[in-house]
Amino acid sequence: MPSIAAMGRSYRWGDVMFGYYVDLALRSLKRNKALTVLMVLAIAVGIGASMTTLTVMNLLSGDPLPGRSAHIYYPQLDPSPDANPKHQPWDMLDYRSAMDLWSARRADRQALVAHATLKLRAPSVNQPPLLVPSLATTSDFFGMFGVPFAWGRGWSAGDDAGHARVAVISDDLNRKLFGGENSVGRTLMLKDSDVRIVGVLKPWRPSPVFFDVAGGRFSNGDTASFYGKTEDVFLPLGSAQDIAPSDLQWFTCWGDWDPGRQSLANAPCLWLTLWVELDSAAKVAGYRDFLAGYAAQQKSLGRIANAGNTRMMSLMEWLDFNRVVPGDVRLQAWLAFAFLAICLCNTVGLLLAKFLRRSGEIGVRRALGATRRAVFAQCLVEAGLIGLVGGVGGWLLSLFGLWLVRRQPVQYADLAHLDASMFFTTFALAVAVSLLAGALPALRASRVAPGLQLKVL
Amino acid sequence: MQFRLILAALRKHRLATVLIAMEIALACAVLCNAGFLIAQRLELTRVNSGVDEASLAVLQVGGFDPVQSGDLNARMLAGLRAIPGMQSVSVVNTVPFGIAYGNTGVTLDAAGKHFGGVVGLYLDGPGSFEALGLTLVAGRAPTAEDFQPMDSFAPKDSQVVVSRTLADHLWPGASPLGKEFWSGSLHFRVIGVVAHMARPGAGEGGSGTIEWSVFVPTLPGDSLAGTYLLRADPGDLPRVLRDAKAAVPKIAPDVVLDHDASRRVSDLRERYFRSDRVMAGMMVGVIAALLGVTALGIVGLASFWVAQRRKQIGIRRAIGATRGDILRYFQIENFLIVGFGIALGMVLAFGLNLILMTQYELPRLPFGYLPIGAAVLWALGQLAVLAPALRAANVPPVVATRSV
Repeated sequence: MPSIAAMGRSYRWGDVMFGYYVDLALRSLKRNKALTVLMVLAIAVGIGASMTTLTVMNLLSGDPLPGRSAHIYYPQLDPSPDANPKHQPWDMLDYRSAMDLWSARRADRQALVAHATLKLRAPSVNQPPLLVPSLATTSDFFGMFGVPFAWGRGWSAGDDAGHARVAVISDDLNRKLFGGENSVGRTLMLKDSDVRIVGVLKPWRPSPVFFDVAGGRFSNGDTASFYGKTEDVFLPLGSAQDIAPSDLQWFTCWGDWDPGRQSLANAPCLWLTLWVELDSAAKVAGYRDFLAGYAAQQKSLGRIANAGNTRMMSLMEWLDFNRVVPGDVRLQAWLAFAFLAICLCNTVGLLLAKFLRRSGEIGVRRALGATRRAVFAQCLVEAGLIGLVGGVGGWLLSLFGLWLVRRQPVQYADLAHLDASMFFTTFALAVAVSLLAGALPALRASRVAPGLQLKVL
Repeated sequence: MQFRLILAALRKHRLATVLIAMEIALACAVLCNAGFLIAQRLELTRVNSGVDEASLAVLQVGGFDPVQSGDLNARMLAGLRAIPGMQSVSVVNTVPFGIAYGNTGVTLDAAGKHFGGVVGLYLDGPGSFEALGLTLVAGRAPTAEDFQPMDSFAPKDSQVVVSRTLADHLWPGASPLGKEFWSGSLHFRVIGVVAHMARPGAGEGGSGTIEWSVFVPTLPGDSLAGTYLLRADPGDLPRVLRDAKAAVPKIAPDVVLDHDASRRVSDLRERYFRSDRVMAGMMVGVIAALLGVTALGIVGLASFWVAQRRKQIGIRRAIGATRGDILRYFQIENFLIVGFGIALGMVLAFGLNLILMTQYELPRLPFGYLPIGAAVLWALGQLAVLAPALRAANVPPVVATRSV
């Protein structure tokens, strides 16, 4: 059993050797500056390119509701009146199905979401009317999605039922209209109706704006628009139907419908999404059964034709299903990693050249008693040092790369920043890549036969 | 023979040779595919919209009720036509590269069994066909009687003009004139074909479907209001559009002008393709960096080999090899290594293309890219090896006589 003292000594000895290797590595790197610069540059460029795209990928494929998303689900059923066993549910719900499911209140929390563009005026503010993107939703929306309020709060379930003339506005709109002051209690004119502001949000930027995500798989990878800003006005669904029935947006219609004459509630159209919060696996299973049961019941009533294809994805599954990460971003990541592979090949070649050039020196060290492991370790330290310096270069280059991304005309441009975890990933990746690159050349160097090299000298 | 000599020497440096060849292979695969992607993107941005982009602008207002539409259209048309320099104003639902409305699936039979594809409908009012400047290649342009009122989202029974691309897609090899198609209960009959007509954006089928558009003559009304096509002399258009925007509050004080959507069609086009151009530019940058890194790698390794073989070079020079022989030795060696890399790279290029084809709607890599990629890499290799090879050629024969 090794004594504590022995362990301590061996640790110190390792420490000394490590310091010695670093010293040797620095000397060696200084000896051939051009080659060193070349290798550092290759690693820096490769790391810079891959970290830039990785940061953007990480940003866009991230969880818009950390900690909550696992409990949020997206129930779907198929209101199609044509029987077709292969038919998939559409991306949104019709009014009848959505209302039935929502009013059953079988989930812990549930919210309906529909979109509208509304004409808005603030009577107390002297500004021309605006057209604002708005969300018609229900009271649970704010609690379920953890929406942060600066002032006031959301509305109550009673407001949903009573079609109350209330609204919650975004931080952006509050700044635009009221200079960022507490505007709770003030009045907005939406279309021709007065609504009272009951809540003002803090800056809120879920990425992607998950409740806007639908139809992503039909967009040929052009999904950058899911990463824009949230809507500016949130109001109860019933109130939106009263105030601006003709301004509600629909996703698609499966039958003929005249928008001018028929209300959206009775139209053969999909325009609502339902989000539910289910806090346990048992509740999830229970809700799936409820959904299937509802579809079966509606089929027996003859309203819908396909009942066996209900579906309920979790929030992250739904985002995946819609392929929310834009195709261009995925392509850039592919490119960057191919590029990193090339830089890796390059570094392996250069390190090989560098280490074998010192065959004579290594032969001497081996003849003087250095073990193969020692030579291997020394070469790896040198490679790791190059990686570290390359990492600094890569970090600077990825800052530059992200600056370029921020100048791109895309919705997510302003989000592109290097956070702490990506900062450390940069260095970890750089050192890992250089150690990987160094392993093979170091192995070759450690195989140098001492005798042969001494003879040449 | 230099060749055998070089191959024998390369066998001694298998690892380094394989590395450089691998690097070249990867570079070749990325170069061919990225080049192909760039060409695809640039081709996309050159799509012919079929309309007089330079003379056209769109003005969009919102925030009114369908019941006000008739009155709004009348006021807007009269008010905008009064602006000096305005050649024509018509009511439209959208314009090429504008907001995508009117995408609808069509079938080639009334029963809805034979699906034709998702097409873009231009529901445009009187005067718009002439204003757009579409080039008719068969049939006739819509006349005043062809303009029908909206039923659900289009007129019930329309006489329409389609693009040549869409006609070829729906009725390959047949004359499209008089052919019919349906969308639900709505019926369309083709009266004319235009050379080109791009829809607002590509549809579900990807960029290949950007010309799948149908011009549906429609009378403005409840559901067709608020978007106006303006035509003016190209030089005068910016001023006319500015005046038109300024006139909106006077013409219709209750509506809200959509500043972002109200632009010249040429601006809309520029904005529509901006991300494609940025992406193409980025890929050019990556290719440049990639070729640079590859060249540096070749320089580094070649320099190492030259340094390592100084003595052998000296001996060869001493026993009669000329400077040219030594120079050519390194050049041929590089040519061979790059050649191995390219051979491997062609396989990789097609492999990468297959992966990209599953991820993006992208055609197969044309063979034409391979010789170009090979030529670029060979030239790059020769350029990179030149300096180290010249240094090798300058090694004096006397080196052979030195022991260290």
